[in-house]
Amino acid sequence: MEKTQILQLSAVELGRAIREGRTTAVEATEAVLEQIEKTEEQYNCYITVARERALEQAAQVQGKIESGELTGPLAGVPAAVKDNMCTEGIPTTCASRMLEGFVPGYTCEAVRRLEQAGVILVGKTNMDEFAMGSTTETSAFGVTRNPHNPRHVPGGSSGGSAAAVAAGECFFALGSDTGGSIRQPASHCGVVGMKPTYGTVSRYGLVAYGSSLDQIGPLGKTVEDCAAVLELIAAHDEKDSTSLCRQDVDFTAALKRDVEGMRIGIPRDYFGEGLEEEVAAAVRFAAEELRICGAVVEEFDLSLVEYAIPAYYTIAAAEASSNLERFDGVKYGYRAKDAEGLHQMYRRSRSEGFGPEVKRRIMLGSFVLSSGYYDAYYLKALKVKALIKKAFDSAFARYDCVLGPVAPTTAPRLGESLTDSLRMYLGDIYTISVNLAGLPGISLPCGTDSRGLPIGLQLIGDCFAEKKLLQAAYTFEQSREG
Amino acid sequence: MADRISNETIEYVGMLAKLELSREEKEAAGRDMGRMLEYIDKLKELDTEGVEPMPHLFPESNVFREDIVANGDDSEEILRNAPEQRDGMFVVPRTF
Amino acid sequence: MRKEYETVIGLEVHVELATRTKIFCGCSTAFGGRPNSHTCPVCTGMPGALPVLNRKVLEHAVAVGLATNCRITRYCRFDRKNYFYPDNPQNYQISQLYLPVCRNGYVEIETGDGGKRVGIHEIHMEEDAGKLLHDEWQGCTLVDYNRSGVPLIEIVSEPDMRSAEEVIAYLEKLRLIIQYLGASDCKLQEGSMRADVNLSVREAGTAEFGTRTEMKNLNSFRSITRAIEGERERQIDLLEAGEKVVQETRRWDEAKEVSYSMRSKEDAQDYRYFPDPDLTPVCISEEFLEEIKSRQPELPSEKRKRYREQFEIPDYDIQIITGSKHLADLFEATVELGAQPKKVSNWLMGETLRLLKEKELDPEEIRFSPEHLAALIALSESRAINSNAAKQVFEAMFEEDVDPEAYVKEKGLGMVSDENALRVTVEQVIAANPQSVEDYLGGKERALGFLVGQTMKAMKGKADPAAAGRLLKELL
Repeated sequence: MEKTQILQLSAVELGRAIREGRTTAVEATEAVLEQIEKTEEQYNCYITVARERALEQAAQVQGKIESGELTGPLAGVPAAVKDNMCTEGIPTTCASRMLEGFVPGYTCEAVRRLEQAGVILVGKTNMDEFAMGSTTETSAFGVTRNPHNPRHVPGGSSGGSAAAVAAGECFFALGSDTGGSIRQPASHCGVVGMKPTYGTVSRYGLVAYGSSLDQIGPLGKTVEDCAAVLELIAAHDEKDSTSLCRQDVDFTAALKRDVEGMRIGIPRDYFGEGLEEEVAAAVRFAAEELRICGAVVEEFDLSLVEYAIPAYYTIAAAEASSNLERFDGVKYGYRAKDAEGLHQMYRRSRSEGFGPEVKRRIMLGSFVLSSGYYDAYYLKALKVKALIKKAFDSAFARYDCVLGPVAPTTAPRLGESLTDSLRMYLGDIYTISVNLAGLPGISLPCGTDSRGLPIGLQLIGDCFAEKKLLQAAYTFEQSREG
Repeated sequence: MADRISNETIEYVGMLAKLELSREEKEAAGRDMGRMLEYIDKLKELDTEGVEPMPHLFPESNVFREDIVANGDDSEEILRNAPEQRDGMFVVPRTF
Repeated sequence: MRKEYETVIGLEVHVELATRTKIFCGCSTAFGGRPNSHTCPVCTGMPGALPVLNRKVLEHAVAVGLATNCRITRYCRFDRKNYFYPDNPQNYQISQLYLPVCRNGYVEIETGDGGKRVGIHEIHMEEDAGKLLHDEWQGCTLVDYNRSGVPLIEIVSEPDMRSAEEVIAYLEKLRLIIQYLGASDCKLQEGSMRADVNLSVREAGTAEFGTRTEMKNLNSFRSITRAIEGERERQIDLLEAGEKVVQETRRWDEAKEVSYSMRSKEDAQDYRYFPDPDLTPVCISEEFLEEIKSRQPELPSEKRKRYREQFEIPDYDIQIITGSKHLADLFEATVELGAQPKKVSNWLMGETLRLLKEKELDPEEIRFSPEHLAALIALSESRAINSNAAKQVFEAMFEEDVDPEAYVKEKGLGMVSDENALRVTVEQVIAANPQSVEDYLGGKERALGFLVGQTMKAMKGKADPAAAGRLLKELL
């Protein structure tokens, strides 16, 4: 098969082509590596490309496919992993100076499951430092550019993963989503991204940002790819206490073009101030498309939407301040030179190792947990979280899915967002409550704006209702393609 | 709220978080945190009387391990990334 | 004139639980081993590693709570205690603040002034820290995480104690209960039981508490006693001089027998506790409680009651024997093997306690087996050895748990029961002591005792004194 032809395939199509002997894992890996050589300098999707390892792995996997040892749908498919997932023998940096040169001796459970199924690990993708950011500009290793327009950001924090999929530098990628970090870059880069119900994918080996909100999920070219990847990585893991035992993880079974009678709710509160008109129009158009396909679409008041961001930033910053205490220059990572005494070593290592956005959130998180403020801020946020969860519970008593935009705007220009962090946080308004309530959410392309930048549609489901989401998303994707 | 974030507060939080900020950074941090907290204060509008705080999403509980030794000696791997090590131990500036 | 002061003491006791593995990972808790050889990504705070609770830790904690009359928290949780220190690899310790596993218990203690109840405020589960080794030469500190993540319970008492004596009685009681439960070996010297002392003084008769200090690094009953006395004096001196006691943590220097302040400007004591999002809550069901209760062994007070009914041994002996789990186990196992309770008790109360005291050992460190003690008692009962020989055998048993029968044979300690050999010696003794023979025949019974003694001496103690006496009477 021609390399350009290979790159046109979706992950599931490539897997099939390899199984049918029309191409091989090695050819596919070479095609991806060539593409990386061509476009990587411009986009900077990766922090580490594990070239030799990928080729070796491809040869081994090809052998196992031929011997019948590997039969899965994604065996031999080259993929990328966000650089906050530990990979044995491959540097894992979280896009931070703090972890420059850190080589873990263990592999993130989700990545291990992919490799066990014969997926080829091409490399580790760029991200906002420790997943804190919405643009991939807070990376210590340079910004990633949006393949649809390199003057724009790819979104974040899984911006490298989204851009790599969009640029053909891999067939799918894993990202992590704490407040929209999979769905928002997927939206900005015109790919599909999915955050499953909290606890569906093991967090073991994922460097924690906000432990009660973090979930790993797929970014792919199609809804089918995301379903297939999620099916591989969704499993109970004894190493993660918050990992759930689910029986209904045969997600590809839900890929049916049928939304007849499906009840879809559109929160009126999602179409208020701050939402770009072109985005609003594209999302409403998508809703209309689903209605035409047979869904019952109506508007409703979700309520509490404006409280999600303050509650989220309080909880995420609090957890982050504690999660990032382990980066202290003692066991791994960056240590400041010539510090006098232990505490100066801590302070200097952390001040020099972390970037400004990480420090900002650590400061905020330490403050809201500190003596005298815990009840007023942290505990209050946990109560608001309970109210938000309740608001979604009553929404899902009436609807199978909630539909809305992913982000208020399309991808901002490089350098536009970081000047005002609070404004950047406001961009998370449609994605964040999904994490607070532990819900599954999927982002998929639903058009472009007048500048040609992709617009994303978000579908949100009740906990454990991934199949309904996938079915609606698949139906929309198929009907859009005609 | 913004003016509540005094320099002393920033210094205190910096000490807790083990971050050393320059004078400019401290000023910026005070400003940023002030704005952010002012924004977070929005939560106070909500009546949460009688609402149970929700640290865990699911009623899922009692996740246990059995008391069986599962790990062997992996000290070499554990020490591999140490900035400084000696005699199989991590080295830090004196604590005594 | 100096006023009268009352000392108010509360204790925080850390107990290392007897589990095979650490509290949140599958690493061994065994002592020894090269530095960092019992570690993994979880207990060294590697990025992305996650904790999973060891069920046994909860079982032990609940068992201790039940045995100390606590209310068990049916829905409990773990919290993070955040502070930077290199022995703490995550820079937070997983502990319990908001919902500890046990609350509101008590233990009864006996002191010189009679019985007293010491309240237990709470018991919580937490992880131990690693070890720091100081290199004075290089001016640096080395960190070993083998102990990092070893399970602990912290037992926090109410400020109910008023003297060092009460503190020791409380600690001994706790230790006994926990040892009985098999939840820990509670060795102070080895650090498997550690006590922090919270102490304040107040003028006698006042209702409010004074400002308290916390003393750490106390690893023997002696240092606890000395530290309490020293801190009491220090605080009274301050108050008498019109100064204030500062609430602070103080470290006890065992060698110099003084405490000094551990305060530093890096030490804000603002631990920013919050629920650990990596661990799910623990729900303790009725069935779980029943299971722990059903497994609960007989506790000291129950055992004492049973001994009084079952064995005819003095009350004092019962107190001492049940005062150590190991002594009581040894006693019962030896009796089970057929030895007479009174004889067993005599050996434990006499020679055993004497040697323990002489060698400064705890009863838990006794090495001889019940089988060997039973065998020794049997040898002695059958007059195969005399009492001197028995003591000699026992000392060897105490040292290295020798088999008494083999030892008697090897050392030739058996009694000469051969009548002919004894007769020859007795004849010689009669011949050599005409005066005593005459005295005896003249009616002085005591002279016979002397002759028996001479016979024993001639036979190097291996004669049965009763048999020698019989033979002497016969020949005279």
